[in-house]
Amino acid sequence: MRLKLAPKTKLRLDPKTGKHILLYPEKGLLLNPTGTAILQLCTGEHTLSQVVTLLAGQFQALPEQLQPEVLAFAKSLLERGLLQAAP
Amino acid sequence: MTTGPRLYTLIAELTYRCPLRCVYCSNPTDLAAHPDRLLTADWLRVFGEAAELGALQLNLSGGEPLLRKDLEALVEGAQKLDFYTNLITSGVPLSRERLTRLRDLGLNSVQVSIQDSDPDAADRIAGRGAFAQKLEVWGWVKELGLPLTVNMVLHRQNLSRTAAMIALAESLGADRLELANTQYLAWALLNRSSLLPSEAQLNEAREIARAAKQRLQGKIELLFVLPDYYSDRPKACMSGWGQRYLLVSPDGLALPCHLAHTLPGLQFDNVMDRSLADIWQNSAAFQAFRGQHWMPEPCQSCDRREIDFGGCRCQAFHLTGNAAVTDPACALSPQHSLITAARRAADSEQLIPLQMLYRELNPRRP
Repeated sequence: MRLKLAPKTKLRLDPKTGKHILLYPEKGLLLNPTGTAILQLCTGEHTLSQVVTLLAGQFQALPEQLQPEVLAFAKSLLERGLLQAAP
Repeated sequence: MTTGPRLYTLIAELTYRCPLRCVYCSNPTDLAAHPDRLLTADWLRVFGEAAELGALQLNLSGGEPLLRKDLEALVEGAQKLDFYTNLITSGVPLSRERLTRLRDLGLNSVQVSIQDSDPDAADRIAGRGAFAQKLEVWGWVKELGLPLTVNMVLHRQNLSRTAAMIALAESLGADRLELANTQYLAWALLNRSSLLPSEAQLNEAREIARAAKQRLQGKIELLFVLPDYYSDRPKACMSGWGQRYLLVSPDGLALPCHLAHTLPGLQFDNVMDRSLADIWQNSAAFQAFRGQHWMPEPCQSCDRREIDFGGCRCQAFHLTGNAAVTDPACALSPQHSLITAARRAADSEQLIPLQMLYRELNPRRP
């Protein structure tokens, strides 16, 4: 399954905190650097396991270390309709 | 100069004019006293000042924002400031062409209200025929790829159709469904005996919504908002006075909420006279109920005072005559009997008063 951000979301930098924030109707989700990096990879081109591999490269970590966190994060965003399966 | 809390959302009530006359409208009842006073350039300046304060979300609301001929310019200006821009509309009057322009200029999402799943009942609440047009507008929103929030206001005359309303939102492909029970302020307070549901009605609808929320998880974000009258603890109105939201009325008043200008004794500043930052951080009206200094008992010693902030100041005033008391919706309020009496009446009433007061510029009092 390739992942992309739902059309109702907007990912932008929050100048007040210097962190990225995922905006959607009435709400916003303030992201840590890992969350930001994950969502920036959710462009519809990559599968979840590719996201993990790319992320491991970016953060110089082992994919198996990152995998549980990435999976949990993606799952919670899928459940909230903020991430979608790309067609 | 003090630093206020972080502003997140600017609610721009562009006009109180509206083609609909909904009997539960949340606009103040003295509509005529607040004409459109801000020009395009004024609104754009206010948007910029809000962005400086940290606002990320912009709700273009009303009244009916579509009645502003400069809505395109406002959406375009908001896009330049990188806002998440949400249009809150009845969908009347709108053409597919105009909606396309708004999308292309950077509109992020559209919230369309619906009064009922039953066309006749919907039009009775709206005070005019609008149901058919709304269906058409929803179709356009989806065709144009814009995220759609469907907002349904619930009350004793439509709660029995909660399942049908959910099914309608599903068939429309809504991304988000707000099943928002009427809050009994402004026009809704005038029409309370026609609108307040019984507890049994409410519980039945709540169960239906709970099951639908599970079933639709990941597909539709479903919210069921209880009426304060049945929640026993007040809601965290606006997440606290002057904490995250700032609202600007059509005549330019900077307000902490939709009805703050109905509270006596508070002097609200106009964005034409003072900068938004100065108003937000320093004005007496924004300080009046910000934080805990103003709280009476039982709020002052309550372990929920940082959860609900004492509830809604407008509800406190409009039910008790004093904006600085605990929201009577709270079961701990010494004036909670005002709420329980209304609930008992809603439980016992066999006949719903048929005569409702429709929203108008110069209403005739019943």
